Order: sequence, then structure tokens, then C-alpha cells
Amino acid sequence: MSTRTLISPAQLARPRGKIVYWTVFAVVVTGFTLVFLGPLYWMISSGFKDSQEVVQTPPTWVPKSFTPGNYSHAWEVMDLSTLLLNTLYYAFGALAFQLVLDVAAAYSLSRLRPVFGKAILGMMLATLMIPATVLVVPQYLTVLDVPIVQRNLLNSPWAIWLPSVTNAFNIFLLKRFFDSIPQELLDAAAMDGASPTRVLWSVVLPISRPVLGVVSIFAVVGIWKDFLWPMLTLPDPSKQTLNVGIYSLSNGLPVNVLIAALTIASIPTLLLFLVFQRNIMSGLTAGGLKG
Amino acid sequence: MSAPSLTPSTTDAARRTLPRPAGPPPARGRFARSLRRNLTAHAFLIGALVCFAVFSWYPMVREFGLAFQKTESGHTRWVGLDNLTTVVNDPAFWQAWRNTALFTVLALLLGFAVPFVAALVINEFRHGQAYLRLLVYLPVMLPPVASVLLFKYLYDPGYGLLNEVLRFLHLPEQQWLQDADLSMLSVVIAATWMNMGGAALIYLAALQNIPGELYEAAELDGAGLLRKIWYVTIPQTRLILSLMLLMQVIATMQVFVEPFLLTGGAGPEGSTTTVVYLIYQYAFNFNNYGAAAALGLLLLVLLAGFSGAYARLSRADDE
Repeated sequence: MSTRTLISPAQLARPRGKIVYWTVFAVVVTGFTLVFLGPLYWMISSGFKDSQEVVQTPPTWVPKSFTPGNYSHAWEVMDLSTLLLNTLYYAFGALAFQLVLDVAAAYSLSRLRPVFGKAILGMMLATLMIPATVLVVPQYLTVLDVPIVQRNLLNSPWAIWLPSVTNAFNIFLLKRFFDSIPQELLDAAAMDGASPTRVLWSVVLPISRPVLGVVSIFAVVGIWKDFLWPMLTLPDPSKQTLNVGIYSLSNGLPVNVLIAALTIASIPTLLLFLVFQRNIMSGLTAGGLKG
Repeated sequence: MSAPSLTPSTTDAARRTLPRPAGPPPARGRFARSLRRNLTAHAFLIGALVCFAVFSWYPMVREFGLAFQKTESGHTRWVGLDNLTTVVNDPAFWQAWRNTALFTVLALLLGFAVPFVAALVINEFRHGQAYLRLLVYLPVMLPPVASVLLFKYLYDPGYGLLNEVLRFLHLPEQQWLQDADLSMLSVVIAATWMNMGGAALIYLAALQNIPGELYEAAELDGAGLLRKIWYVTIPQTRLILSLMLLMQVIATMQVFVEPFLLTGGAGPEGSTTTVVYLIYQYAFNFNNYGAAAALGLLLLVLLAGFSGAYARLSRADDE
């Protein structure tokens, strides 16, 4: 990279500059590795210790009593397979709802321009101004008795899926991207007799792959990381998410088994991150500031 | 709404003054087209619209209602400011605001400064940037329950790793989460570890947009490292810094998950009771939705100023 930063290249090229640079570099890399990977190493390795070694002082850096059985024990005792499947079900269901409904809405607001479109967009964006935690109580009461249809959505996946659609930030990101698509492209398709649905499907969506990727990843991660809302709306232990299930069972468990469960719960999002890190990081800086 | 027309001004003006049923045939065609277009557009919009109406707008209105109502044995009535007085007279009220303010100040000292300095340093490196970026963002991807319970293990006064490190350095051991004076700081450290990645990456992107010539010019004027940071880096990233500051104030004032999971919410002597935890208690432990809504409304009013400033700044950023 040739971009100039704080320290000038000439300064760095001098012998003294080189020494300082490499010293600082070594210190920072070691420090960051210890601070950010250290706790993760501690989690994974403690999961392999037996119940005495895990609480022993001074602790051991490498597990002496190698007990991989903690992981299978945690898997069975906490019924992690159910929790994992539940979370996947909620996350990908929410993703499907957000992709279909939010994309359609953003497309309509950006390209079809209905009457009151501006006012509707404004009201959607206004929800970003309300602190989310303040709305939790009235939202919870709404889920207990959904107006008009008079349904109680407690313990039902709909309680996760439908509110997840009200993500004004997604609509904003999608609309901004759709706005940037050249009108001639859409006109050409319309000239060939394509209906709005067809234009969306065959022209807009293929171009929008990058923004759809970002929205999808954040939708899945959002549900995966959520805690308070699933704790309130899915109290039935057999319906809980990974986060809530582990939390509610955490008190009665031996430390090493609990730590093993935490490791298992962390693996899916870590894998997702390692695979999609480029998209996640670019999405963060593209949309992170506009909220 | 402005379809191209061959004879614009006169017919448009005429059409506007004509009574609707007597409109000329092309206008009716246009009306039908516009109606069809609107129907299609609203068909695309309806799903999201219903979700917003039911799960966002209606609860928003309801929040205001709840704050001034009381429900007793299935009967709801308006009680004016009763809920508000209940909330303000609760001994936990001021403590919760003090704790929330303390959390916000600590979280800004750590959570605002640390990622900025980290980004500043990472940006100077000619090697290993990708690795360091990966590291800072890693904790953001972990499920919060995993990070928080891991920190609980690290903070344990007996076998926790942190006390082990203190022992190794011959420093006095701490009670961390069990110590009323230290519990909030412990929560903030854990929260910063969990959340700083996003801010660090955003600062890094902003730093990379600073034109290099500015630094060269500053050097010609004889500016040293600190002066370059003060007169070039900070002014150049001021907008993003202020946006992130506002966003962090808004987010940290609503802190809930970290204290709830680390100390059970209240913490030793109520030292980590935050405003949102108090709202949670009213609603879900005491079934007093009115008090919860009244306290929520206070938080909303307080944060509205920050949100407004944020919206204004980010609009300025768009232009």
C-alpha cells in the first residue's frame, strides 16, 4: 500500500525508525494475540480439563488430564443439538422473512414509488431513533396478544421472525443500493415487457448480490447473538435458543462442562466469520456509520 | 409523478382546475396507470408494512399509553403521572441512573478511546494488518452468553485467570464482580472486549481515507507526531468520531445483557443495577408494566436528544 500515514516513509527507512517500528509491531501483535485469542484459548483448553484441574490454582496452561469427554457430556446434558437446531431454525427463518419482505419493500420504495412512500420510509427510519430496550415491554405485550388476529405468539417462532422484519436499517441499506442502479437498465427490461416482479428478480437482485450478502450475514448473526428477546418470548426450554438455553442451565453445571458448552456454542459464528470475514468487514464499514 | 407531456403548462394547469369526473380521456388513462402502479407498489410494500405496524409502530404508541395507565385485575384506567411518581420514589431509581452514568463514562473512556488508539496504531503497520483486524473483530462474532460466561470464569476470585496473573505480578488479588467498587469496571472491561471490534474497524476505514498529502504538508511545517495527530488526524475524522461517540452513548445507556449475565443484573449492593435492568425488573419480575413504561419513557426522552444530534450529523455526512 502506498498511502501515506502518520509516520513518513523516510522516517521508517532510517535504522532507528526500523528498530522502533519492529519493536512496536512485535509488542502490539503479541499484546493483541494475548488479549483477543488468549481468552479463546483459555476457553477451548479449559474445556479439555477434568473437574479438578479446571479449578486448580495455579492453573495449568496445557490440560494435563485430557478429557475430551466434557464436550460430548455438555452436548448431551444441555441437549445442545436441540438448542442448535432451534437457533438455526429461527435465524434462517428470520433471514428468509427479511430477504423477501425487506427487499420487496426497499424495491417498492426505491423504484415503484407509491404514494405516501416517503412518509412510510420516514416512519420506518424513525424507529431507529427509539431506543430498542424501551420498546421491549410494549413489544412483548403485543406478542402476548397480537392485535386484530388475537393470537398469542409466545413460544412460537413467529415471535422471532415477524419482529425481525422491522429492521429499518436493512431497508435503508437496500434502498440506497437500489437507488444507485441505473434507471436505463430497468427501463430496458420494462420495455421488453417485464413485470415489476420480473425486473426485481432478473435485473435488480443479480446486481445486488453484495448488499444482499451483507444484509443476510447481519440478519443471521443478529438472531444468533440476541438474548433478551428470545429469553422473553421463548420460555419453553425445548424451544430456547443456544444463548438462552446455556444461560438457564449454566448454574447447575460443573465448570469444565459449562466451558465446553460455551466452546461448542461459539464454533458456528466463528466459522461463519472466518469464511465470510471479507464481506462482514466491508459491510460494516459501508453501512456501519449510517444508522 | 411528472410523465412527459407534449403540451405541458396549459393542459396541466387546466387539468388541475377541472372537476375530476370531467377529466379528459388521457388523464383517465393516466389515472388508471397510476392506480395500477400504486397497487403494485403497495403490494410489494405490504408485508414489511404490516410487520412495522404491528411490531414497531403500535408498540411505540402503546409505550406512551402504558406509561400513564394502570391495570388492576383486568381493568385498565388512566392514572396520569402516578407511574412516574412510583418510579421516581423507588430507592433504586437514582442508583440505577448513577450506575448507568458511571457505566457510560467508563465505557466511553475505554470503549471510545481504546478502539481509536488501536486503529491509529494498526493503520501505521505495513504488515499484518489483516491479522490484527481479524483479532479485534473476533469477539464481536461470539454469542454474548459465551463471552460473558467466559469472563465470569476469568474473573473468578478463586481460580480465575485474572487473579492468577495478578498473583504472578505480585499485585493484590481482586474480588472483581463481587466487589461493589470494582464490579462496574469489570463489566465495562468485558463489554469493551466484546464490542470494540466494530468501532475499531470503522475508525480504521476512516483513517485510510485521510489524504497523505496532509501529513506531508504538516511535516514541511515541522509538525511532530502528536501535532500531526492533533491537527490532521483528528480534524479529518471528526465527523466519524462524533457519530460514533453519539452512537456509543445511545448504546451504552441501554446496557443490559452484560451486567445481567455477569452479576445477575443488580450486582453486589446494587452496584450494577442499570436503568434498563430496572425496567426489566418492573416488567418481568413485578409485573408492573406501567412503571416499566414510565421509566422507559424517561430514558427515551433523555436519549432523544442524542438520537436527534446523530440523525442531523449523519445527514450532514450524506451531503
